[in-house]
Amino acid sequence: MEKPLTQHIVPGRSPLSLKEYEKVGGYQSVRKVLKEMTPAEVQTLVKNSNLRGRGGAGFNTGLKWSFVPMGDNVPRPKYLVANADEMEPGTFKDRLLLEGNPHQLIEGMIVASYAIQADISYVFLRFAYKLAAQEITKAINEAYEAGYLGKNILGSGYSLEMHLHTGVGRYMCGEETALLNALEGKRANPRAKPPFPQVSGLYGKPTIVNNVETLCCLPHIVNNGAEWFKGLSRNKSEDAGTKLYGVSGKVNKPGCWELPMGVTVRELLEEYAGGMKNDYKFRGALPGGASTDFLVEEHLDVKMDYNSVAAVGSRMGTGTMIVLDDQTCPVGFVQNLQHFFAQESCGFCTPCREGLPWVEKVLSSIDSGTGKQADMNILDFHTKYLGPGNTFCALAPGAMEPLQSALKYFREDFERHIHEQRCPWRS
Amino acid sequence: MLTQEEIHQIEHEISLVPHKKAACIEALKVVQQHRGWVSDEDLKATAAILDMTPDELDSVATFYNLIFRRPVGRHVILLCDSISCWVMGYEGLREHLMQKLSIKYGETTPDGRFTLLPNVCLGTCDCAPALMVGGDLYQNVSPEQLDEILSKYN
Repeated sequence: MEKPLTQHIVPGRSPLSLKEYEKVGGYQSVRKVLKEMTPAEVQTLVKNSNLRGRGGAGFNTGLKWSFVPMGDNVPRPKYLVANADEMEPGTFKDRLLLEGNPHQLIEGMIVASYAIQADISYVFLRFAYKLAAQEITKAINEAYEAGYLGKNILGSGYSLEMHLHTGVGRYMCGEETALLNALEGKRANPRAKPPFPQVSGLYGKPTIVNNVETLCCLPHIVNNGAEWFKGLSRNKSEDAGTKLYGVSGKVNKPGCWELPMGVTVRELLEEYAGGMKNDYKFRGALPGGASTDFLVEEHLDVKMDYNSVAAVGSRMGTGTMIVLDDQTCPVGFVQNLQHFFAQESCGFCTPCREGLPWVEKVLSSIDSGTGKQADMNILDFHTKYLGPGNTFCALAPGAMEPLQSALKYFREDFERHIHEQRCPWRS
Repeated sequence: MLTQEEIHQIEHEISLVPHKKAACIEALKVVQQHRGWVSDEDLKATAAILDMTPDELDSVATFYNLIFRRPVGRHVILLCDSISCWVMGYEGLREHLMQKLSIKYGETTPDGRFTLLPNVCLGTCDCAPALMVGGDLYQNVSPEQLDEILSKYN
């Protein structure tokens, strides 16, 4: 089984230095694109590889790039940003790539930057990833010294600057337009789209924001081709490549693994996460972070790829699954999620700012045994009212995904809290 | 009054961006790095360098939860309270910390040693529950281990 993204990552060991990375084929894709390919060819290759954004939205990466204005008479500088602001609760996949092989990310960023002819690139890294910050700083310095960054890279005439920006908190920064505001030294409120960042992004210039895992796929696509990448997935998945999947919760071996796109929920849970811990039973899971709908037992054979998870009413999201077990209260579980979303709302648009705290309070009241039957209507109402189309960005609609699916699959548990005026899991 | 070193570092950050205001988060980070937090007085001095009004800079400073606008202890404890840590029982750590240190969230021990804050997911959910102390990450933490962890910080 091929594991291109994690083949040189050994947990607990320092990442490869630039020299070591070059020995195992590192930076070959940079040489190849600079010497043998036009930016348009790189864009076409990546579009044909069917690489989809690994941050959760799943948009075709090459297609995303294709909206960047190209040619001589376009606004400059153009920017490429690696979104390393991994803050979706339950998500810990990019940390592995950032700490484990920073040169792979830098290599991918150079390929992406060349494809859109970016002049300046940033790694936007969250505060908590201290080790990653050290490793990336070291790797960027090495890449400058070796001539992979800076002016006239490898004599190609192409130049690229790269900087590391470390954040100071707030989940909103992971949303690409909010991230750009944060980079500009503003509050991380999202921006209206259109204009899309590809046309008017950082400082109003054409900008691409790509997730870390997405960027790490690029060197391998350039080296091995689009067909190879499409062939990595399994179970007749419509999606291409490998994926970093994770499992957390009451399982025997929580962790993160690079596996072919299209493994099933059951394989992930049983073969890789080692099944549920003794005495715990599986009740459901959020397949890809806090802002995805629950999957339950009937979905265990669903393939973990974008289209298959979407077909059963959820989203693959980040591919890192959070398991709900039978000894954990589903109301408390959802209350914890809504507390997070209410706290992290940027406060810019009214439904999100006012609605999420209300949802959180109603859930707290049900959870603590003082809920009323009418509270169920309030929750149902909010799943619609804070849903897609009613808010400025995707934060509140994302928050409603676990709530609406919990109300569908675990409704009896909510009702029981109200009827018995207590949490059956606590007392 | 900001020190010459702080001013120098802030001016360096300004030199890296297209206009002064764009360096404001970096400038706040510089001040906090030297002083642990950003006081009203420091905020005003920093705003002046950035050609911003203090209110304008404060609207940015107060948006980001890891820019501290109130004094903090020598070591800030960031306890993850997000979903995977909740499932794995972070509440036991919270109770233990609050009892041991006799403080609540947002408070600092009287000796100025620790400040306790909740934090969103620390991105290490396979090793939950987790917390950070003064920038150091601790994983798979049990209440029993907390005393030993805290003893490393004076």
